[in-house]
Amino acid sequence: MSTLSDRPENSVVGVPEPHESAALHVTGRALYTDDIATLRRDTLTAWPVQAPHAHAHIIALRTEPALVVPGVVRVLTAADVPGVNDGGIWNDEPLFPTEVMYFGQAVCWVLGETLEAARLGAAAVEVDYEVLPSLITVPEAIAAGSFQGAHRITRRGDVDAALATAPHVFTGEWEFSGQEHFYLETMASLAYYDEGGQMYVQAGTQHPSETQEIVAHVLGISSNAVTVQCVRMGGGFGGKEMQPHGLAAIAAIGATCTGRAVRLRLNRTQDLTMTGKRHGFHVAWTVGFDDNGRILGLKASLTADGGWSLDLSDPVLARALCHLDNAYWIPAIEAHGQVAKTNKTSQTAFRGFGGPQGIMVIEDILGRCAAPLGIDPALLRRRNFYAPGQTTPYGQPVRHAERMEAIWSQLLDKSEFAERSAQIEAFNAVNPHIKRGLAITPVKFGISFNVAAFNQAGALVLVYKDGSVLINHGGVEMGQGLHTKMIQVAATALGVPRASVRLAPTRTDKVPNTSATAASTGADLNGGAVKNACDQIRERMSVVAGGMLGANPTDVRFSQGKIHALGVHGQELTFADVAKVAYQQRVQLSAAGYYRTEGLHWDAEAWRGSPFKYFAYGAAAAEVEVDGFTGAYRTLRVDIVHDVGDSLSPIIDIGQIEGGFVQGAGWLTLEDLRWDTTDGPGRGRLLTQAASTYKLPSFSEMPEEFNVTLFEHAHEDGAIYGSKAVGEPPLMLAFSVREALRQAAARFGPAGRMTELASPATPEAVFWALTAAKQALATTAPGVDAPGAKRIPVLADS
Amino acid sequence: MDRLDLTVNGHQRTMVPDAAHTTALDWLRNNGLTGCKEGCAEGECGACAVLVAQSDGDGGTTWTSINACLVPIAALDGQEIITSEGLGSPDKLHPVQERMAVAGGSQCGYCTPGFVCSMASEFYRRGRGANATGATGESHGPNGFDLHSLSGNLCRCTGYRPIRDAAYALAEPDVDDALAARRDRPAPGPALTDVQAPDGRFVRPATLADTLALRAENPLAVVVAGSTDWGVEVNIRGRRERLVIAIDRLLELGTIEFGDEFIEIGAAVSLSEVERFLAGRVPLLAELIPQFASRLIRNRATIGGNLGTGSPIGDLAPALLALDARLVLASPGGERDVYLSEYFTGYRTSVLRPDELIRLIRIPLPLAHLTGFHKITKRRFDDISSVAVAFALDVRNGLVHDARIGLGGVAATPLRARATEALLIGQPWGAQTVHRAAASLAGEGTPMSDHRASAEYRSIMLSQSILKLFAQSTATLGARA
Repeated sequence: MSTLSDRPENSVVGVPEPHESAALHVTGRALYTDDIATLRRDTLTAWPVQAPHAHAHIIALRTEPALVVPGVVRVLTAADVPGVNDGGIWNDEPLFPTEVMYFGQAVCWVLGETLEAARLGAAAVEVDYEVLPSLITVPEAIAAGSFQGAHRITRRGDVDAALATAPHVFTGEWEFSGQEHFYLETMASLAYYDEGGQMYVQAGTQHPSETQEIVAHVLGISSNAVTVQCVRMGGGFGGKEMQPHGLAAIAAIGATCTGRAVRLRLNRTQDLTMTGKRHGFHVAWTVGFDDNGRILGLKASLTADGGWSLDLSDPVLARALCHLDNAYWIPAIEAHGQVAKTNKTSQTAFRGFGGPQGIMVIEDILGRCAAPLGIDPALLRRRNFYAPGQTTPYGQPVRHAERMEAIWSQLLDKSEFAERSAQIEAFNAVNPHIKRGLAITPVKFGISFNVAAFNQAGALVLVYKDGSVLINHGGVEMGQGLHTKMIQVAATALGVPRASVRLAPTRTDKVPNTSATAASTGADLNGGAVKNACDQIRERMSVVAGGMLGANPTDVRFSQGKIHALGVHGQELTFADVAKVAYQQRVQLSAAGYYRTEGLHWDAEAWRGSPFKYFAYGAAAAEVEVDGFTGAYRTLRVDIVHDVGDSLSPIIDIGQIEGGFVQGAGWLTLEDLRWDTTDGPGRGRLLTQAASTYKLPSFSEMPEEFNVTLFEHAHEDGAIYGSKAVGEPPLMLAFSVREALRQAAARFGPAGRMTELASPATPEAVFWALTAAKQALATTAPGVDAPGAKRIPVLADS
Repeated sequence: MDRLDLTVNGHQRTMVPDAAHTTALDWLRNNGLTGCKEGCAEGECGACAVLVAQSDGDGGTTWTSINACLVPIAALDGQEIITSEGLGSPDKLHPVQERMAVAGGSQCGYCTPGFVCSMASEFYRRGRGANATGATGESHGPNGFDLHSLSGNLCRCTGYRPIRDAAYALAEPDVDDALAARRDRPAPGPALTDVQAPDGRFVRPATLADTLALRAENPLAVVVAGSTDWGVEVNIRGRRERLVIAIDRLLELGTIEFGDEFIEIGAAVSLSEVERFLAGRVPLLAELIPQFASRLIRNRATIGGNLGTGSPIGDLAPALLALDARLVLASPGGERDVYLSEYFTGYRTSVLRPDELIRLIRIPLPLAHLTGFHKITKRRFDDISSVAVAFALDVRNGLVHDARIGLGGVAATPLRARATEALLIGQPWGAQTVHRAAASLAGEGTPMSDHRASAEYRSIMLSQSILKLFAQSTATLGARA
């Protein structure tokens, strides 16, 4: 075991702890950005003027009518930008545009004494547009050759030869939808010049350092004059990795122009219409199998809908291509990836970051092809698992490949898969109008940022004379429980009770140059840095304690706030005693910690390397019930076995698994982003721009029985205290629901037929799938009239 | 009288509102109670849920959860409000807060105060314990907790399992629980609110006569009951009116009467109260109401308001059409009685004159034997119908004696499926008739394609609804194992 992963006895990590802010959450005392802004009395409120066209030149902008609205203080325009008029990192996102690139883009911002004044002011601003042709769908962009970023290719073996000789070849082409983050707390920031004269920004951001950099370059000042703090967020899910920066910059410009504090909080409609989402993809594929269902070759082309600017689309696409294989050995592969440029919101990071889209491609292929191959889908999947010693298409050895097989067989047992499959067959045989499906799907997900430089972190740990401990680290809390884990890590590393450790809000003036809290790496990176800082302090305190106990410092042990030395009996010191003495001896009781992930390398041009520190594995078995009359369905039971290494914090990890699963199921079944693709005046408008039209999973989508098991004996040598990352991988366990729906729909038709299913698999989509199955049955069964018109359901013969 | 008096978390608060349209949410937040959150500002997410003391109809009080984002603070004049901050504090957690915290029921925590309030409302529901079976049902806990009470609260983090576990682990309130004891005393009565602010005036008249007189003087005034529709207009579409008249506490609109010929439901009775007081006596409504929006909405939304907004979908309308309901419309000149089937005149328009109010809804008795409500949605809880179909069929000795079918979501107004009704009447209730009726239903109305569903799917769902009803009625539908 490595020092990093070695877990002491009686450690605070591994203990089930509720969220560190749980008592604040439940009593309404936990503060979020706009709460802080609301509790101030002197803030101005910023409100956007949103363009009503998907693509247009701005011919004229008249702000004077807004200025006469009572309470309007100022209208911010490009002329007010002291530095660079751009809120992105690729210089392709003007904060105040001359060319509108998507419907709802902000063209200027109104500052008001109240929200009402700012809103009315924005309504009074007059803008003249010259409307330009727009590209809304991915096929439109492909036809127009509208792409951005790099064209990437992943390639291994001779795929054309493999497909030419494969006994079973299938092809497909389809599009699947993106997903709105719908963090409950919308984008928010508060900016003012503090008593030290620096620009202070409280923002809901997953990347405070980048928010700081963008604010600095927009204001034309250096990073040391800007401090960004994030106390906590009401959810992020990737949506606040890149896109809060420009909004924080607007607030900062407002504060610069007026000398007042400025709050900017998007309301739900603005957040939905202005910020990016998970990328929808267009994919085309050809796959070849041998007679046993083993994949021989896969040729695929993936086009991500990037929206109007590049944002994080390049690395999202990279991760999609790196997860096309999911858990499967694909001996010959050629997959192309491109990012379409369309006149929509700039699509961005979302839990899984392209991984779900890559896995969608292969899981859809296996789900479609199992029936025509005549192989049970569960068996087909298992037959294609990686074997130990095999490598991914990009050349990384698949370490711990045997875990996939172990998890799979454990889950088959725990879910009583075989018995329930038989019961479902019996149920389906006697129920003409209701069918059930039970599907099991795997996940293998690579952990680390694909860009090696991002895999570093810092921390600041302070021990006070009374023995209390205050920690800072570079990661942000958005509900995922990172702070809880970091407190547990610090308590473990210093050998103090959990209650001795407090955590201070994330600030760029405490820990600089941090990476985004993203890619599931928050605990790995920041945990490494916190432990490093604690180890430095403990080492120094060991010398002090050794002196006090008359023992060798290497024999000093810290546990639960008490310090003793091996071989010294009957003498025990408290952590506070030693801290006090250390101070008197002029021993430093604080430390800056640092961590970087070792062993990563990635050549993006050659598309080769080992970009991931390790893989997280898991599998889920889902049972659904489909109403043949309507396509409506329920998720009856879900069983999951998932690999989180040795869990740092079991309640937190199980919460991430369950929450990720339900969020993934939402993407795959319910959440239905619709855009106006007509040529009418609303072209490019997001049609589902409210909670009433964009439906998230509610209690009714929760599996009625939901059993989550953490994979045991799962020590991960390369990560903090033997744990593994957990934020993203479980989202992809939800493919089990989609595949169960496919199987249930197929049961309305003849065996051996390929069942296509749209994504999201809404009740309507499931209805069309089962209707096609019924029609196939009708056309094959003698004596039953098949209705002539397509998509008319076969009326159940009662 | 431009002053409002409220009791918030047990403390008296007096305020002079600077705006008549200020929501309870904004007022609470601006007064330091930032635990109340805005997640959607349209009553969909429940992050703003708070508790208000409402009459239980029996001299006591029920702690009722509502969406603070939809209710003007002026509408709560004289009332008692409890927020998450008032339920407990970090060092003295309320039992609901305690269970939520230890169960892992909060992750990001933003939705949590709202969940806590919805859960507390159900925690304090009288008779919850009486429903306790010790076993977990499809939507009931072993402690009698009704999961539907949380159907208006969205969480994006947890996947809900720990929240359900927290809810199902709740015991009965302690004997010294002050909010439990509060239930034994009457709820505050309505205040005669009259607030004039720069953005408009909010008035709560004392009587129906006063209301009608005020309305007659101000034909452009907006009449508001539960405010669940008006609140969305205010928040999302920026509607502001010179005069808003609140009618949700008018006694003349607030009763349910069971007669020999009719059941009469006052227009201002909330859907939760309709559900509670009908207690299953109208099976079609009993089937419908749990599918109508969420508990948070139903606690405020009124039966008259749902018809008054004239929504082409409005789930109640198809059911009330099938029940052949009539509306009693009151004006200063007297009352008139109109069939609901003749009430709607076009998209969000009706025969209601500017000087009239819906006073009550009459459901004729006896009720049809065979009823069914089919709501087609993307999400099972709290979603707007793509189409809604309500059936009330009188089937005796295998013959359809009478048939009324109400449709929502297939035209500019809710409507009766007259052609299909005619086709059914006098025919045997059998597969042949039903298939003909299904084909006919597909041609009723003029469904459109939108973000909820395609026109094709809507049309087919009309057919499917009678096929499903038939399958259910003949018990061929597979029983759940």
